Formats: sequence, C-alpha cells, structure tokens
Amino acid sequence: MTTATENTATGAAGDGPPLRTASMHTRTLPGWFPPVLLVACAAVVSGALFALGSFHPASATVLTALVYLIAIVVASAVVENGRKATDRLVTGIVYCCFVLAMVPLVSLLTTVVVNGVRRFDLYFLSVSMNGVIPSMDAGGVYHAIVGTLVITGIATAISVPVGLLTAIYVVEYGRGRLKAAITFFVDVMTGIPSIVAGLFVVALWIMIFGPGQTNGLAGAISLSVLMIPVVVRSSEEMLRLVPADLREASYALGVPKWLTIVKVVLPTAVAGLTTGIMLALARVIGETAPLILTAGTSSTRINANPAEGQMMSLPVFIYQQVRAMGSSGDAGVFSEERAWAAALTLILVVMLLFLAARLVSRFFSPKLGR
Amino acid sequence: MTTTDSSATARIPKGKRRLGDVVFAGSARGAGILILLILAGVATFLLIQSVPSLMANTGNFLTSTEWDPNTNEEPRFGVAALIFGTVLAALIALVLATPVAIGIALFIVYYAPRRLAAILGYVVDLLAAIPSVVYGLWGVVYLVGELRPFYGMLETYLGWIPLFAGPVSSTGRTMLSAGLVLAVMILPIITAMSRDVFQQVPQANREAALALGATRWEMIRMAVLPFGRPGVIGGAMLGMGRALGETMAVAMILSPSLVISPFLLQSGNQTIAAHIALEYPEASGFGVSALIAAGLVLFAITLAVNMGARFVVSRRKEFV
Repeated sequence: MTTATENTATGAAGDGPPLRTASMHTRTLPGWFPPVLLVACAAVVSGALFALGSFHPASATVLTALVYLIAIVVASAVVENGRKATDRLVTGIVYCCFVLAMVPLVSLLTTVVVNGVRRFDLYFLSVSMNGVIPSMDAGGVYHAIVGTLVITGIATAISVPVGLLTAIYVVEYGRGRLKAAITFFVDVMTGIPSIVAGLFVVALWIMIFGPGQTNGLAGAISLSVLMIPVVVRSSEEMLRLVPADLREASYALGVPKWLTIVKVVLPTAVAGLTTGIMLALARVIGETAPLILTAGTSSTRINANPAEGQMMSLPVFIYQQVRAMGSSGDAGVFSEERAWAAALTLILVVMLLFLAARLVSRFFSPKLGR
Repeated sequence: MTTTDSSATARIPKGKRRLGDVVFAGSARGAGILILLILAGVATFLLIQSVPSLMANTGNFLTSTEWDPNTNEEPRFGVAALIFGTVLAALIALVLATPVAIGIALFIVYYAPRRLAAILGYVVDLLAAIPSVVYGLWGVVYLVGELRPFYGMLETYLGWIPLFAGPVSSTGRTMLSAGLVLAVMILPIITAMSRDVFQQVPQANREAALALGATRWEMIRMAVLPFGRPGVIGGAMLGMGRALGETMAVAMILSPSLVISPFLLQSGNQTIAAHIALEYPEASGFGVSALIAAGLVLFAITLAVNMGARFVVSRRKEFV
C-alpha cells in the first residue's frame, strides 16, 4: 500500500532517479516553505501593485492570497503529490476564512476608535442634549447613559429571577411534558427578532394604557423578553455542571431540597451564573430596535423616571444622530461625530462587560474534581 | 444528565411537605410557566392588535406591495415586497456566511495551534458582541463607500448575470451591502454551532482515517464533515433566523423602496424589520396596527425557521 502510493508519487514528480532510501515517507515540502512562500508572494504582489500605481491594502491582500494558493498547489503537486496538493489548498483556504472574518472586526473597531476619540471626553459623557440645536457644537450622552442604566437595570431585575428560577425548575424539579415544553420554547424564544419583542410591548401598552404611550418601563419589558431566554440557557448549563455528589451529601444530612438548592447548588454555580447574566446583559445593552418602538427616539433631557415620558438610551442615541447626519453644513458633521463617540462609549461598555464576565468565570469558579 | 436524574430520584422521605419546599418549587414552576405565557402573549397580543387594520385593509395583505395605512379610511397595504426583501437579505447573508463559518470552525478545531484555539474562538465571538446599531453606523459611513469600486467591478465583469445588472447605485446602499453586513453578524452563530459539532466527532473516527494514510483534508472530508453536517445545517438555519429579524443594520444601510427587485447592486427592496423601525415613528391612523401585522408575519417566519433548525439539531442527537 505504502510503496504503491510512493511509486506513483515519485512517478508524478518525474525528476531525478527514483527514491530508494526512505520507504516510510514520500517527499514533502520542508516546514518553513509555506510561510516563506507567503512572504515572497506578499512582496511580489505589493511590488507589482506599487509599480502599477494601484496599491490598496484590500486588493493587495486578496491578490496575495490568490497567488499564494496557486503557488503552493503547484509546488506541492510538483514536489509531493496530488492529494497533498489538495490538502495544502484546503489548509490555505481555511486560514483565509479566519483572516476574512477578522477583516470586518478590525476594520469596525479601528473606524469606531479613530472617529470616536475626536469627541469622546469627560464633557461628552457628562452633558445631555437638552437645549442643543443642530448647529451647535455641543451636547453629549449623559441622558442616554442614564436611560441605558435605568432600562437595562429594570430588564435585569425582571429577567434574572424569572430566568434563574426557570433554569432551577428545568434542572432540579422539571420532568415530563412541562419540562420538555419549557426547554423547547425557551429555545424558540431565543430566536424572537428584537423588533417583534418591541411590537409585543407596543401591543400590550395599547391595550393597557391606550395608543402613543412610550416610557422606559416599556423598553425594559421588551428587553427582558429578549434577555430571559439567554439567562435561562446559560444558567441551565451552569446548574447542570454542579456535581450530583454535592446534592446527595446535602440530602444525606437531612437538608430540605429547597435549602440544598439555595445553599449548595447556587453558591457552587455562582461564578458561572454571574458570567451568563453579564453576557446576557452585554447582549441586550446594545439592542436598538425595541427601544425605538417603546422608549421613544426624541428625548433630549435627563429622565431617570421609567414610568414617565420618553427615555433615551445609548443605542437609540446613535441611531438618532445617524438620522440627523444628513442635515447640511456643520450640523451634519456634529451629528456624525456624536454618533461615533456614542458608538465608542457603547462598545467600551459592552467590551468591559465581556471582559468582566470572563474574569469572573476564570477567578471565581470553584475548583472541582480534586 | 446524571445530576438531574439523581436529584429527581433523591426524594424527601414521605410525610409532610415542608413549606419552604412547596413555595420554592412552586415559584420555580411558576417562572417556567410565565415564560410559556409570555411567548403565547407575544403571539396573541400581536394578533389582537393587527386585526383592526387587517379588517379595514382595502388591498390584499399578502400580495400587495403598497404601504399606505396611515389614514383613518381606506388603508391599502401589503407585505409582498417586504417578505421578498426579508428573505433575499437573509439568503445573501446565509450564502456568504456559511462557507466562511465552516472554514473558521475547521480552523479553530483542527488547524490553529491548540493553545491559541480558545482565544481565537473568543475573538470570533466578539463579532457577536458588537451592537447592531454600531454595525449600521460603520456600514453606512465607511463600508458602503469602500464597496462602491468593488460593485463597479462586479457590474463590469459579472453584469451579464441578472443579479449583478447595473446601473450600480451611486451610494452603495444596496441589498448586497446590507446582506454583507448581515453575513458578518451571523458568522459567529454558525461558527459556534459548527465548532461544537466538529469538536464532538469521535476521536476513533478521526484516528482511523489518519491511520489509513488520509491527509488532514481527507480526514475532515471523510470523518468530520459527514458527522457534523446536521449541526452545520442547524447552525446555518439559526443564523438565518437571526438575519431575518435583524433590524438596525438593514434600516441604516439600505436605501429602501417597496419594490420586488432582484438587482442586488441597485438601491431598493426593504425588509420587514427595517420597515417597522423606519415607519413606526411616523405611523398614524391604522399605521401602528398595520406594522404590528407585518411584525406578526416576521414572527411567524422566524418561528418556522428556528423550529426547523432546532428539529434538525435535535435529530442529530438521536442519531449519534
């Protein structure tokens, strides 16, 4: 078997005397060859593009990738064999896929940071848009930050108890049809489009308070519709990780089931639960669509009362400024700057939540299995 | 799994049930039922609130492309163009994202250095953490301008394919731009699902392939991809569900019009979600009710796609 492939391989290479020594392996390209080839391709492509006077990072990268893929396949087909050449081609493509995914991430983050820092300062964070007319080079996001804190705070206060209790039911108590139904519909609920969650609260509010009522509470409820299934999903996974031994040890001491859950299961899983909740929060804090429908888009003043009047939030603020970007002259420029700075603020908040979640799970997880 | 079984069987001895147990179990059960009620509430409230406009509608709701409900008499509106745009945007995103996501998942599981893999997975997850409104801002201010020359090339060389027929929109705010941004947004979901199934491929299968002299790609083709197919399909459908309901990126990037147009490089088309977000602030008369009806259609579509995805994924579990 081995000798047969080797013979065809050396036959395909077709140069020099047939290899007689190594019977266990065919000829292979040295390990340093692909990276060196890649660098060479990049140099040749960039040089050619500069010579032609049409250098652009995007086109240079794409052409380098193409030239490299062709070169490595040819080299591998000549030195190695057809199957190895296919393998090298796929390896190249898989690496390209990853790089391709990094392009938008890097591009987006650099664009936001570069454009955002122009206006991102203490003034921007500490004033509202109250009384700012479009042509004024002023205003900030304080009212939006307050709104975001109030709305996501209420949403968390609703979602965490409901989500956690549901997860406890599914993992500790549930059996039969109800458990199956809850598991299935929580999955379905994760797929509800955010705008539909907003419309749900709009419909609810029309039935309770009549048409045209927007306030922070409505926004918080629409966000909790989106947040609850995420909390349930992550809490469920964390509770399942708690070893059965701990529960059984507790039962053996005569501790009631509910106390076992409260005093043994939850404390063991607390780091994972916190991480899950923070990630859920990071997800809903950037939600825009439901808040446009429920909390209004035109508030400019500081409003910390969720039951009264429109409430601005960071994502809606970005949207509002983008809509104002079309206006002529300086007004459009100021709006765009405010939009980027607010986007930077929002991304920083989300990234901090993400990072904090990772740190919590890394440092506070109980060390099990020892 | 074992934890649930054992905790379920570890009953408290017969006799009086403690008050604490009754209250706690009851509230946990109540929370679960509340979730079912919320979901039922979403469907029923949307249905109830959409009825008035549907009754008053003088056009055909499912086949008309007009949208003129902001009046108190004779509203005319339909969702045909919106459904077309929604599905078109999601399909573009799906076609662009799925192959790349499979590549990334393979990269993380089988190609990347073992110590880097977790970090790289985390970096891909960051794509999911970026709020959609920021994607929209980046798309409309930066990306569409960068894409313009590329669209010009597409038209020049591929213009004979009807999809890429010109004239190219001068702003670049087209369906293809929106679909491209949606593709970036659903990339992490499809990657995560694919990664999970690729990691679960039994080691015996992979090693058997390698022992037979397979190259890494042959091992993936013979052992990994057949095993992972249902998971990848499920992930792709979940991603499509997300793309169908995505609002802000489309609302901000696309320059909309209510037509049914297959020309991806020209402005036009509109999705249900983006239409709701853009129209809602100006809605009057039957307007809000009509938008709720459109939202109900979106809800039904995403529900069907998501349930299909869950079905595909869960069938895999039985198969293994």
